This record gives sequence, structure tokens and C-alpha cells, in this order.
Amino acid sequence: MKTNLISKTAIAISDRAESFELALRASAQLLVAAGHAKARYVDRVLESYQKLGPYFVVAPKIAIAHASPGDDVLTPGLSLLKLDEGIASGVIQNDPVQLIFSLCTPDRDQHIELLGDFALLMSNKSIVNSLLNASAESVIWEILNN
Amino acid sequence: MVELAVLIYAVCGAGIGTSVLLKSNADRVLSSLEIEATVKAVSLDEALNPASLAQVLLITPELREQVSEIRSEVVVINNIFDLGEIQEKLSVSLS
Repeated sequence: MKTNLISKTAIAISDRAESFELALRASAQLLVAAGHAKARYVDRVLESYQKLGPYFVVAPKIAIAHASPGDDVLTPGLSLLKLDEGIASGVIQNDPVQLIFSLCTPDRDQHIELLGDFALLMSNKSIVNSLLNASAESVIWEILNN
Repeated sequence: MVELAVLIYAVCGAGIGTSVLLKSNADRVLSSLEIEATVKAVSLDEALNPASLAQVLLITPELREQVSEIRSEVVVINNIFDLGEIQEKLSVSLS
């Protein structure tokens, strides 16, 4: 059986965020909630953002935050915070950001298959649109795991 | 003279997120174009290694300035999930 791309506890919907940084923190925190990483990983995601900027806002409305592999990562995982009202990241061509994914992996290999499936899924515009329009976490879960 | 296959680097900060997604979609595009090339997901540090043999570097706009000194051709991808954009830019740079 194929493993799920994302677990239910790793998905949250929020109406808005105070800042892009707080949205990143909330998204990465979902990896901790779902048991993929320890709390320290959340801090490392934020440190990476402070050091390298918002380069991970990789497509219109979409960010994929992460830090490097480390022993604060337990299993490869993906989380998603969806904002009803988008937030500015500073990457003008892709703002406002509404789908804030976070990613973690204990090493450089274990997440490759997960990301391959994810890339294929997100390259489909109608899937991205249904994620943007989803009003419940369970709907997002269905979209990402089917 | 041995003919070396084209080597493409997909770059991001840590070499595990954006770069892997970019590699995954670049592989898809290259196989549809029937172009033989190796795409490797790398970190910024690996991309900046002077011994790098990459001919082409795929990168997101925000990291563009960090690789300004590099020898490889730099291709900026605005939307890593837009297979059309990747295809268009890769066909130009590999033609």
C-alpha cells in the first residue's frame, strides 16, 4: 500500500496570519504535532529563513519551508498551513502566499519519493486551485492523498 | 574525446527541498523533450564549489544573486511547478 503524502494532524487552516514569519512557525509546528520532528526543528526552519530569505516561495501562492536534515527530524514529513487570506513574503511575483508547506527529512534520501509525488501533484493547476478553495482540513487531506 | 552527458544542478539553500522538487519536474520535462541529461539536487554550497561540472544551474529568483560569480549558465525558474516554464527555459538553454 502506498503511504500517505501528509497526515491529518499535519494540516491546518487559518483565516489569516500576523506575519509571514509567524505563518512559517505555525506551519513547521505542524510537523512537530504530527510526530515528524522535534520542536528544535521549528527554530531551525526560522533560522534558515532569516539567513537565506524567502527563496522557498517557489510558485504563485506557495511556500515550502524547511531546514537541513538533522537529528531533530524523526521521520520524513510534510505539513500544510492554509491561509484564507494570503500573506506577503516579499517574493513579489508569487505573493500573497496562501499555501505554506513545511518539509523535514532525517537525511538526504528518505524524502525523495515523497517529494517526487508532491511535485507531480502540485504541477496540476486544478489540484492547487482545489487546495486554495478547500474549507476543511479533511478536504485537503483527501486532495493530497488521492 | 568522451562525450559527457549534460549535467544540470537544481539548487536550493539546503539541497533537500526546492531543489529536489525542481529536479523532479526538470527530469519530467527532459524526458518529454527526449534530452539526455543528469539533473542533480544540490545545496547552494555545492553549487558554488569551483570544481562543479554543471553546465546549467536551475535556481529560484531569490537565490539568483548568490550565484552571480558562477561559470555555469544560470536559469531562473519563477514557478517550479510550471512544467511549461521549465520546458521553455530548458529548451532555450540546451539548444
